[in-house]
Amino acid sequence: MSNLSIIWDISKTHLFSKKKQTMVAALGVTFGISMFIIMMSFMTGLNQLLDGLVLNRTPHVQIYNNTDPTETQPTDSYFNAATNLNYIHSIKPKSRLERIHNALPILSELKKNKKVNGATPQTICKVFYIAGSNNLNGIISGIDVTQEARLFNFKDYIVEGDINSLIKKKNGVLLGSGIAEKLSLSVGDKIQILNPSGTSFSLSIGGIYQSGMAEIDDIQSYVNLKMAQQILGAGSNYISRIHVKLNDMEDAVPFSKLIENIYDVSAMDIKEANAQFDTGSSIRTLISYAVSITLLIVAGFGIYNILNMFIYEKMNDIAILKATGFTGRDVMLIFIFQALIIGVLGAALGLGVGYGASVIIDNIPFNSEALPTVKTYPVNYDPLFYITGIIFALVSTFLAGYLPARKAKKLDPVEIIRGQ
Amino acid sequence: MKPILETKDINKYFTDPVEFHVLKDISLKLERKEFVSIMGKSGCGKSTLLYILSTMDTNYTGELIIDGKNVSHESKDNLARIRSENIGFVFQFHYLLPEFTVLKNIMLPALKLGKFDHKTIKKNALEKLEILGMQEQADKKASRLSGGQKQRVAIARALINNPKIIMGDEPTGNLDSKNANIVFDILRELSNELDMSMLIVTHDKDFAKKTDRIIEMEDGYIIS
Ligand SMILES: Nc1ncnc2c1ncn2[C@@H]1O[C@H](COP(=O)(O)OP(=O)(O)OP(=O)(O)O)[C@@H](O)[C@H]1O
Ligand SMILES: [Mg+2]
Repeated sequence: MSNLSIIWDISKTHLFSKKKQTMVAALGVTFGISMFIIMMSFMTGLNQLLDGLVLNRTPHVQIYNNTDPTETQPTDSYFNAATNLNYIHSIKPKSRLERIHNALPILSELKKNKKVNGATPQTICKVFYIAGSNNLNGIISGIDVTQEARLFNFKDYIVEGDINSLIKKKNGVLLGSGIAEKLSLSVGDKIQILNPSGTSFSLSIGGIYQSGMAEIDDIQSYVNLKMAQQILGAGSNYISRIHVKLNDMEDAVPFSKLIENIYDVSAMDIKEANAQFDTGSSIRTLISYAVSITLLIVAGFGIYNILNMFIYEKMNDIAILKATGFTGRDVMLIFIFQALIIGVLGAALGLGVGYGASVIIDNIPFNSEALPTVKTYPVNYDPLFYITGIIFALVSTFLAGYLPARKAKKLDPVEIIRGQ
Repeated sequence: MKPILETKDINKYFTDPVEFHVLKDISLKLERKEFVSIMGKSGCGKSTLLYILSTMDTNYTGELIIDGKNVSHESKDNLARIRSENIGFVFQFHYLLPEFTVLKNIMLPALKLGKFDHKTIKKNALEKLEILGMQEQADKKASRLSGGQKQRVAIARALINNPKIIMGDEPTGNLDSKNANIVFDILRELSNELDMSMLIVTHDKDFAKKTDRIIEMEDGYIIS
């Protein structure tokens, strides 16, 4: 029997004789670990869901034609601004078409670029949806449905009907859910629209589109790219926007700068478009960590207290062991082992409880207007949380056990025996 | 032949609450197989001396020589080993580990010393229990024994590593005279048969009279 196995044996016997306190201490750890796992799984699940919502559906780079006034006015180039002081009041943007000037060549060049996963054109037109004597203001975007579905999970937005209806029927439309509700229309019905110049078109509703944001769903519908160009009375080179998905999202910022430099267009990257979103994610993660770590520290204090009590109760045993040839280190190990047994028991139970609770949360129905494809609460089963949980449990129980154990190591057996 | 245990001018002070010179120039010798008792008034320093001799207390000046080896300046860990190899200690209050069985209590010091395997140690422990007439109690929890039984188990434990010296601090102090006699007879037998030296603190004059030699202490001095 090696030294460690004797010490192990003593630790076990001590703990077994104090089943209740051992359980209480272990349950403290269990509580800490399971809360850690539940919080992290749920919070990061939520983050991933939102990331998925926003990041997977948002183009990494959006290319459009800027209608802002130009920064250098013609006067500046005519009268040298360095030697003259030019004042121009009331600058207004020049009337320009909302189309990208040379969209088709840009599109084909983008598609050839190695960094680009895909690029899709959109043609946007303002329309009126006709409902009896009521006209609803709205926007219809012409899209390349297969590309949109492949690159930006467009399918997630379609709550009824089928996106392929746009391909099957030339005049198919995916109608915004708010519009459908207001006009009491459903899949299979027809809808009349007016373009800005007053021409009317009849579209066939192939599906209902719902983004989850009422202000969009009340105005936005989608048709085939060709159909949109036809509504505008424009040619097949009339394209208002190009949405680009890159292979690596991190390239978005330099890539959008590059595009602005090469072509006479504006480009907005996803970071710019979703700046506030990023902070939300990281704050949620931070809060989860803070709460979990607090819980684990509280559990650690629990172990510290109980072990301190054990040592107090076991004074005589410590004196005996030391008097019969056990070293201070042996005695210290006895209590560290006890702490670790409590930690391992508690952590194992905590992993089980954490996993169980996660599965339960994962099955709780969660229906939200904003997230039509999500049916239950999101949970992220990342093994990393479980590993972190175990490591944290062991480290904290070790520390919580180490301090009292070191005290036991230093206890003078003579003092204890004399104290009787 | 060298004495099994020898001290040279051991002095010890307590500093708390006031400086107090508790042991004064203690020089003594314990021969092999010798059965010696220590007597003296309460508070004269007998227990204090015994803790030093047993190497548990290292806070003293002077020299302690066990089996020819000066151990006055050994580290605590070394002393733990020297102690378990050479000295068996019997306390006034039996001091068993209450959660463990009688057998385990006896085996633990030997398991720690690690000289024999588990099986041999178990056999030895049962032998020691038999010497003390306690073999039926081997699997009982130590907390379930009577005072006299505990005292005998404590002696069995002191014997397990076949030490050269057995030290006892009033081992019969809380036993009735019948049990005290049994314990004395056992110790006597052990010193005769197993060649162990005995150093026993006692207040019991009858007990002391039966030993080979009485060391008399007073006020921190050995007076005879
Ligand atoms: N830790 C300590 N601090 C200060 N004084 C102490 C300490 N321990 C013991 N003493 C004192 O040292 C003296 C000797 O104590 P010790 O226990 O050795 O006496 P003893 O001879 O064993 O007495 P008894 O026969 O009652 O057991 C006593 O006066 C006691 O008060
Ligand atoms: Mg005493």
